[in-house]
Amino acid sequence: MSANIEKLDDHHHKPSGIMRWITTTNHKDIGTLYLWFSLIMFFIGGAMALVIRAELFQPGLQLVVPGFFNQMTTLHALVMIFGAIMPAFVGLANWQIPLMIGAPDMALPRLNNWSFWILPFAFTMMLSTLFFEGGGPAAGWTLYPPLSLQGGDSLPFVILSIHLLGLSSILGAINIIATILNMRAPGMNLMKMPIFIWTWLITAFLLIAAMPVLAGAITMLLTDRFFGTSFFTASGGGDPVMFQHIFWFFGHPEVYILILPAFGVISTIIPAFSRKKLFGYDSMVYATASIALLSFIVWAHHMFTVGMPLAGEIFFMLTTMLIAVPTGVKVFNWVATMWKGSMTFETPMLFSIAFIVLFTIGGFSGLMLAMVPADFQYHDTYFVVAHFHYVLVPGSLFGIIAAVYYWLPKWTGKMYDETLGKVHFWLTTIFVNLTFFPMHFVGLAGMPRRIPDYAIQFADFNAIASIGAFGFGLSQLLFLYILLKTLKQDVTAEDKVWEGAEGLEWTLPSPPPYHSFEKPPRVE
Amino acid sequence: MKVFTTIAATLTPSLASADWETNMPIGVTPTSEIAYDIHMLIFYITVVIGILVFGAMLYSIIYHRKSIGAKPAQFHESTKVEIIWTVIPFIILVGMAIPATKALILMEDTRDSEITLKVTGYQWMWQYEYLEDDVSFFSKIDDESNKARQLNSGIDVNQVKNYLRNVDNIVVLPTNTKIRILLTANDVIHAWWVPELGGKKDAIPGYINELWVDIKKPGIYRGQCAELCGKDHGFMPIVVKAVSKTEYHKWVSIQQNNKVAKNK
Repeated sequence: MSANIEKLDDHHHKPSGIMRWITTTNHKDIGTLYLWFSLIMFFIGGAMALVIRAELFQPGLQLVVPGFFNQMTTLHALVMIFGAIMPAFVGLANWQIPLMIGAPDMALPRLNNWSFWILPFAFTMMLSTLFFEGGGPAAGWTLYPPLSLQGGDSLPFVILSIHLLGLSSILGAINIIATILNMRAPGMNLMKMPIFIWTWLITAFLLIAAMPVLAGAITMLLTDRFFGTSFFTASGGGDPVMFQHIFWFFGHPEVYILILPAFGVISTIIPAFSRKKLFGYDSMVYATASIALLSFIVWAHHMFTVGMPLAGEIFFMLTTMLIAVPTGVKVFNWVATMWKGSMTFETPMLFSIAFIVLFTIGGFSGLMLAMVPADFQYHDTYFVVAHFHYVLVPGSLFGIIAAVYYWLPKWTGKMYDETLGKVHFWLTTIFVNLTFFPMHFVGLAGMPRRIPDYAIQFADFNAIASIGAFGFGLSQLLFLYILLKTLKQDVTAEDKVWEGAEGLEWTLPSPPPYHSFEKPPRVE
Repeated sequence: MKVFTTIAATLTPSLASADWETNMPIGVTPTSEIAYDIHMLIFYITVVIGILVFGAMLYSIIYHRKSIGAKPAQFHESTKVEIIWTVIPFIILVGMAIPATKALILMEDTRDSEITLKVTGYQWMWQYEYLEDDVSFFSKIDDESNKARQLNSGIDVNQVKNYLRNVDNIVVLPTNTKIRILLTANDVIHAWWVPELGGKKDAIPGYINELWVDIKKPGIYRGQCAELCGKDHGFMPIVVKAVSKTEYHKWVSIQQNNKVAKNK
């Protein structure tokens, strides 16, 4: 018995320096690692976006050759999706799930360490292809064959790194499911879980279902390229469209993997600053689950122009439109939560409100894209680029930023500079719209996506978008500054940082001890 | 913005015409008109929904703030309200789905076409074959644009006429004729798209896709490849010249004569 206690005690001593981070099995350390990693990748992916926008500032080619431009669009997407948004959500999950369900740590701590440490290696491999003789991947992040099979030596490296990223995501998802299902504090039944936990539980199932499908698709690409199979090459009896079907069977659930945790964050923050309980908790849970289920039967709306049979087009149009119902319920519930509340507008709340407005605009353009007759015009234009950036940047990314501002004082025990946070919010929101709103216009007017140069009539809106993009990028340096400034100062935050915040994490001190909830709290 | 346009127009005359275009063209075919109608219908519906939702939110932000002494209400669920805002959107969606499905059926109906144009995508040009008239040629970006678009070409692209939207061989099609366009490709996937003629379809190796146009107005219509097809994806324009039937037949016979002459 005493030996046991000693051992337990021993656990509190962590190695110092770099070894602490490499060997850590602590959910807080791993959450921090994930979040910093995703911030670094966000700046790398952002730099790539700025190369794109710099080239598109004026018509004509001034800075890069078309081949390199295509590498930038491809890697910008891969880095942002797999390197910035997904790891940031896993970082939030790592920090918050144990704190919010009253668990001492994640269920599988060593696995947790591994699923993080795969990432830096995977991205080193992926980004190293930029220095290869033939350059990085240039066929778009969707890797459509036959084009993707034409590239240089980068393909196998990119595929292997995507395999690793998938592995990391699946391990992370297993861990999250195991934690949520087994380690909730006594009394916290499923329908009493914080909504953020619900959205992550559903997301984790989506990850487990979707990532292996991607792995299958890219493995077939690999064997097509190197082992003489022709799954996707027409000349060998294969089918290039089949890749698109398989890819988007992964790709559409992936879209919701990138947004559902943000829904959870917004559903946490809006009630806190409205000082009112979340409206329609049950329907929020059911809506999230319905969105997740529907995500598996809508994939072909990404490929309406491949020449599907009419019945197929109608089916995928109708199922896609159906998603508007649960998504609408969510938006209405958020507004109903704010209704007759007692609102204050700290930085996390500002980002959350902007999320609702701008994500809804992205949802509207999504609904327009679902209409096949009109989609024949929209497809593969900047209208699509505008749409998915509206749901991913002021959607997913704002969700992440809001979460960081909301929980940072809890994690660090230090309050960020509220004025600077608000400045960051306004700069970000103004520039995000300046960047992406004009893209609707050029897309409708006929500018295809993924082109390094364009006809003169698109020049003016492209110039505006480029100015917006640089403003947006620079504003994020302010975010970095705010984070570093917060970390440098002394502990100032209260335990219950926000007046209206609810949940187990606020019962802990700020910052929480290295090992929290060693004895489970009781819920009600 | 008006002022800016005027200034820009006086400084660079080539900038003027389609500048600041913010909407989808209505186009000159039944399919482009349908696409436009559906687009505007859904757009107006979303605008109305947006005004209602954002309006409610804005009202709440103004009147339900702590700084003016608002006290939080206690309600947090209502099955009745939940059902209302599940059912009403559903009904709106049905209202959208019906015209959209009708339009789609019409757009996909390629029967009873009078002539067939086969389009094959290559990296990075198009091949056009008039199946009934035995005319065939390749069409790629014009030399002037091609020179100007090179990295640091030193040519002011604003001075190039129809920069990136001009080709060496123009596709000529008759007006008021239902034309079936067959699409395929010989290397990677491309997509053939002229916005004013309606939507696009992919040109995929091993597949033959169908599209139809019935051009109501003579004129020159420009578009370009819309599916990433490699480094010069941005440089494979499409130019369609729509002429009256008699002019079209004249053009066809000239093409056939040229071919005979070439073969001799």
